[in-house]
Amino acid sequence: MATIVGPPASTSPKSEDSTSLLPGKLVRARPLFDPEIVRRATRDSFTKLNPFTLVKNPVMFVVEVGALLVTVFLLRDTFAGIHGKQGFELQIALWLWFTVLFANFAEAMAEARGKAQADTLRKTKTDSIAKRLLSGKKIETVASSKLRAGDIVIAEAGDLIPGDGEVIEGIATVDESVITGESAPVIRESGGDRSAVTGGTKVLSDQIKIRITSNPGETFLDKMIALVEGAERQRTPNEIALNILIAGLTLIFLLAVATLHPFAIYAVASVHAGTAPTIAVLVSLLVCLIPTTIGGLLSAIGIAGMDRVMQHNVLAMSGKAVEASGDVNTLLLDKTGTVTLGNRQAVEFITFEGVSEEELADAAQLSSLADETPEGRSIVVLAKEKYGLRGREVSAHEAHFIPFSAYTRMSGVDIDGRMLRKGASGAIAHFIKELGGPLPSNLEEVSDRISRNGGTPLAVADSARALGIIHLKDIVKGGMKERIAQLRAMGIRSVMITGDNPLTAAAIASEAGVDDFLSQATPADKLEYIKREQREGRLVAMTGDGTNDAPALAQADVGLAMNTGTMAAKEAGNMVDLDSNPTKLIEVVAIGKQLLITRGALTTFSIANDVAKYFAIIPAMFMATYPALARFNIMGLHTPQSAVLAAVIFNALIIIALVPLALRGVKYRPVGAAALLRRNVLIYGIGGIIVPFPGIWIIDQLLAWLHLA
Amino acid sequence: MTGNGVFQIAIYFLVILALTKPMGVFMARLFEGKRTFLHPALRWLETFTYKLTGVNESTEQRWTQYTASLLAFSIFSFLFVYVLQRLQGVLPLNPQGFKNSLVSPDLAFNTAVSFVTNTNWQSYAGGESTLSYFVQMAALTVQNFGSAAAGIAVALALTRGFARQQVNSLGNFWVDLTRSVVYILLPVSFLAALFFCSQGVIQNLHPYTVAQTMEGAKQILAQGPVASQEAIKMLGTNGGGFFGANSAHPFENPTPLANFLQLLLIFVIPAGLTYMFGVIIGDRRQGWTIFSACAFMFLVGVFCCYWAEQRGNPTLAKLGIETNATIAQTGGNMEGKEIRFGIASSALFATVTTDASCGAVNGMHDSFTPLGGLIPLFNIQTGEVIFGGVGAGLYGILLYAIVAVFIAGLMVGRTPEYVGKKIEQKEVKMAMLALIVTAFSILVFAAVSSIIQFPSPTKDAKGQPVAQSYWNPPGPATANLANSGPHGFSEILYAYTSGTGNNGSAFGGINANTPWYNLTIGLAMLMGRFLFLIPLLAVAGSLAMKKKVGETLGTLPTHGPLFVGLLVGTVMLVGALTFFPALALGPIVEHYLMQNGKLFSVLLFAIGS
Repeated sequence: MATIVGPPASTSPKSEDSTSLLPGKLVRARPLFDPEIVRRATRDSFTKLNPFTLVKNPVMFVVEVGALLVTVFLLRDTFAGIHGKQGFELQIALWLWFTVLFANFAEAMAEARGKAQADTLRKTKTDSIAKRLLSGKKIETVASSKLRAGDIVIAEAGDLIPGDGEVIEGIATVDESVITGESAPVIRESGGDRSAVTGGTKVLSDQIKIRITSNPGETFLDKMIALVEGAERQRTPNEIALNILIAGLTLIFLLAVATLHPFAIYAVASVHAGTAPTIAVLVSLLVCLIPTTIGGLLSAIGIAGMDRVMQHNVLAMSGKAVEASGDVNTLLLDKTGTVTLGNRQAVEFITFEGVSEEELADAAQLSSLADETPEGRSIVVLAKEKYGLRGREVSAHEAHFIPFSAYTRMSGVDIDGRMLRKGASGAIAHFIKELGGPLPSNLEEVSDRISRNGGTPLAVADSARALGIIHLKDIVKGGMKERIAQLRAMGIRSVMITGDNPLTAAAIASEAGVDDFLSQATPADKLEYIKREQREGRLVAMTGDGTNDAPALAQADVGLAMNTGTMAAKEAGNMVDLDSNPTKLIEVVAIGKQLLITRGALTTFSIANDVAKYFAIIPAMFMATYPALARFNIMGLHTPQSAVLAAVIFNALIIIALVPLALRGVKYRPVGAAALLRRNVLIYGIGGIIVPFPGIWIIDQLLAWLHLA
Repeated sequence: MTGNGVFQIAIYFLVILALTKPMGVFMARLFEGKRTFLHPALRWLETFTYKLTGVNESTEQRWTQYTASLLAFSIFSFLFVYVLQRLQGVLPLNPQGFKNSLVSPDLAFNTAVSFVTNTNWQSYAGGESTLSYFVQMAALTVQNFGSAAAGIAVALALTRGFARQQVNSLGNFWVDLTRSVVYILLPVSFLAALFFCSQGVIQNLHPYTVAQTMEGAKQILAQGPVASQEAIKMLGTNGGGFFGANSAHPFENPTPLANFLQLLLIFVIPAGLTYMFGVIIGDRRQGWTIFSACAFMFLVGVFCCYWAEQRGNPTLAKLGIETNATIAQTGGNMEGKEIRFGIASSALFATVTTDASCGAVNGMHDSFTPLGGLIPLFNIQTGEVIFGGVGAGLYGILLYAIVAVFIAGLMVGRTPEYVGKKIEQKEVKMAMLALIVTAFSILVFAAVSSIIQFPSPTKDAKGQPVAQSYWNPPGPATANLANSGPHGFSEILYAYTSGTGNNGSAFGGINANTPWYNLTIGLAMLMGRFLFLIPLLAVAGSLAMKKKVGETLGTLPTHGPLFVGLLVGTVMLVGALTFFPALALGPIVEHYLMQNGKLFSVLLFAIGS
């Protein structure tokens, strides 16, 4: 996974390293060539020889037919007692079979990783007992596999939740480590965005009433197993198009090689020398020319791409979604939790005239003592750090805490006859006016200044007296700016979505360096924004967790739903992040790009390789008819047989040599397309032309040294 | 290579470069329906044509309708040319009294297909000994206009496919056809024909002149309306000569100046179309990129060819013959070349005529050195996209751009797009189909002709031969070749390559006027034209329906040197990988054999165009 430029550790709580440390992680990071997987893949490479399954891969099917043809001719010659060439033909036949096996092995390797993971998951799927609520108050116990969508069940502390559903009553802590690998319990409650529960997870405390939403066999866990296993794998649009391209090239090379035989017959007859090339040599040329490298690795690349997404603990519902993420032009990032740390923090106390900072800090701290929100706590902490004010024991006093209400938009405390309040400046102004106090002249000005800078002003009043303003600030996540810059270099516009007012939004947007922002955004605005981008021909990716995000998630080309979110959100998106880390969208985009680059690079490499093979095989083929073509043998290969054999062996070995690359993906750097293209054309295009020359030469030397040809 | 030769080639290229933008701007305006400076003079002719044919100028067609119109036009043209040839004996303007029987059904088929597909492969021995003035004018010259305009129309449709978004219409074939003829082909041809007359190209309807030579022998000098056919022959990249000797004939191409204009006429529209593409899609850099890729391949080709020809034949050098250029003679390989053009201009002509799908020749390609002859052969095998035929060149190179973008585009980590359009399944499928058809038509026909045997005549009881093979004289089809070995093979390969590529130039050295060759080359021409352009029209239709994707930093840049390199690489690699085995057994091995002092050419007289 080192190939993806990861986020600085601080921005992503679930960095890759921690992945392997968590025992219950969905996808155990395995070494690329885990012995168990290799064993499984080796076995599967033979079963995949079945021509009826292989026919789906036109390139390798042609190789198999070629191998069969050479084998048949070899047997015929042997039984007919024709001697002399069997050694050569036997080696050709063997290496052609190896070519098919190597390609099968690549695909089997990619699949086996998924299968091994699915097995692990399946073990966690146990049949549990469900307490089904019947009409009235009666409860009956049934097997969880008997549950249908619409049933209502009760789950208590210690119970396994019997199926996917929605909490309709109660609140509970739930251990979801089976799904997420995260051992810390999460809260599930009725209503709101934390109502979805997943079958197989365990209730740790309290009791909840759940409405089951899925039938047996269609649960999230079932879906997950199917996805991990690759059972539902369908070829993606780009993969199909690439398959057409390489099938077309195969057909062209088939024409080139098939017509070479009559051309050779003419040449032989015309100059009365040599013989037309044998079937073994013609098949060798064909196999060397058709794009076996990409043909053999194409499906492995796709499967491995899905696997990489999964190793980031993201479940992609289809390969198409992964592919689309490489194409994304616009990334919608929620401000809170994605661009900024989830909560605002107090950074400054600004006093009004005639008020000391200590007095303001003291009042602010007192009013926040009962405030359990992160903002409230940050005020207590700031007062302590800056002015040495410790949290006091207030029970000694006659203290009455006023919780925040949407109506008053204030919170605070009544203590010793003082009414300490903090809240939006408008609300505090109203509060003071009601009590008949004077409003400081600069209240509005200070508030506006803070807003403009992206902060949130929180006015503090001591009864009818305005004390000052607390500056709450959104803290942009560390490293966010660099990541946004990377996105820009990749050609992706990042757009911050926030409910804040335009002033605040603009300030944070400029601090984070995003390209655009959508302020005071309602879910409808978000949806409209996506549609507008799409009308202009752009692909949009977004994250979301709430039910009201669902339409936008469905509309977006890539919708990454948070696992903590509602079922509606998870169903609407085409990916689910089990870690519920919205920043991960950026990694997913990188993986999508990497997948496409790997395909393109290996296709280019595969085609570029052909040049050297012509230099090896064509002079060898016509050595007897046209000795002058020896001038074309620029590698100086020993004999015609060794030349052909060396080319075939190189062709087979290159597949196996590139399996790690196909599985890991080509290195991706978040730079502009032009730089990326230059680099990859140099490595895989020019490199692809050059590499086979020394490769074939070395194999030829070995063959001669071993007296194999 | 001599300084003079390099200078001639450089001047030619610079003039084409200078003409590209004005031609492109003019064509873009014209085909976008805006007024041009020619409208005051010619608009009446355009509207008159619509009135006469009942075409509604503002109606747009979907790709299927556009294709159907093109096919209907081609079928009608084919029948027209076929019938006129078969009836020439009873038609007017036939001072030499050429009979119907001079044009057999298979020859008439071949010629009709040839002129309808813009190939102008001429199987007959020479227009001057086979066809009446009427057939030359009404059938062949008219087709030179029609097939060229049809090619431009297809290029336009594809360009619109890239330029438009979310519509299903590609323009109107009949309108595009009419505008090409009225505003481009007719006026330029008219002026060029006048200029040719000034250089000594003949234009008359007289009977042939019988002249007395100095030695007292009689010589027949063919006459005819040559200048009018000559101009469109070059401008429409048709290439079918009035005379068998084509542009080597002094009545067709008398002076170096006439020769220079002929060369200019070949490239002027194809080069202008690259610029027009940029204007219509709204990004001129894209047009220049295509131009640059073409220019690069053209210059490399022409200098290779010129170098090989000027270098000459080492075997002759060993015999003490001067092969270096001196004041008195050109040196190099002058076999089959006209003294008045010399080596550089002949190599330039051979390259230009095969870069474009013109096929006119001012020298014998068969007599070129192996490598010098490889260039024209390979040029055609690339699909004639190096500027290419009028229209055909642009749609051909756009096909390669699609393939290049599809492979390389993935390497920037996005699903591929070209000038804002996603290249997906359908585009790839159609592009591959066109490439497969080209490879199939060239390779399979050449393969069959290299080994096919025609039965010997069997004798009846009285010993009289019966069942004379209709298709070809008995024996192998290769008996029609003038040479053996790799050179003979090149002759077959070139014939089918030229037919499939709709080039029409002949390597020579092959008697192709038998039913077998007439039919197979005819089929190759049909496949190379229609099975190539129909898939591309389908691509145009599919592209027009797509949204245009905005360009970002992450978009594959399809302009600039890197993409030029990619495009050139794709054209070369696809061409080379497909045809290398065949080329190895033809010109390549022949080159090595020549280095070893072994030759296969025999002395020949010019046959065919």
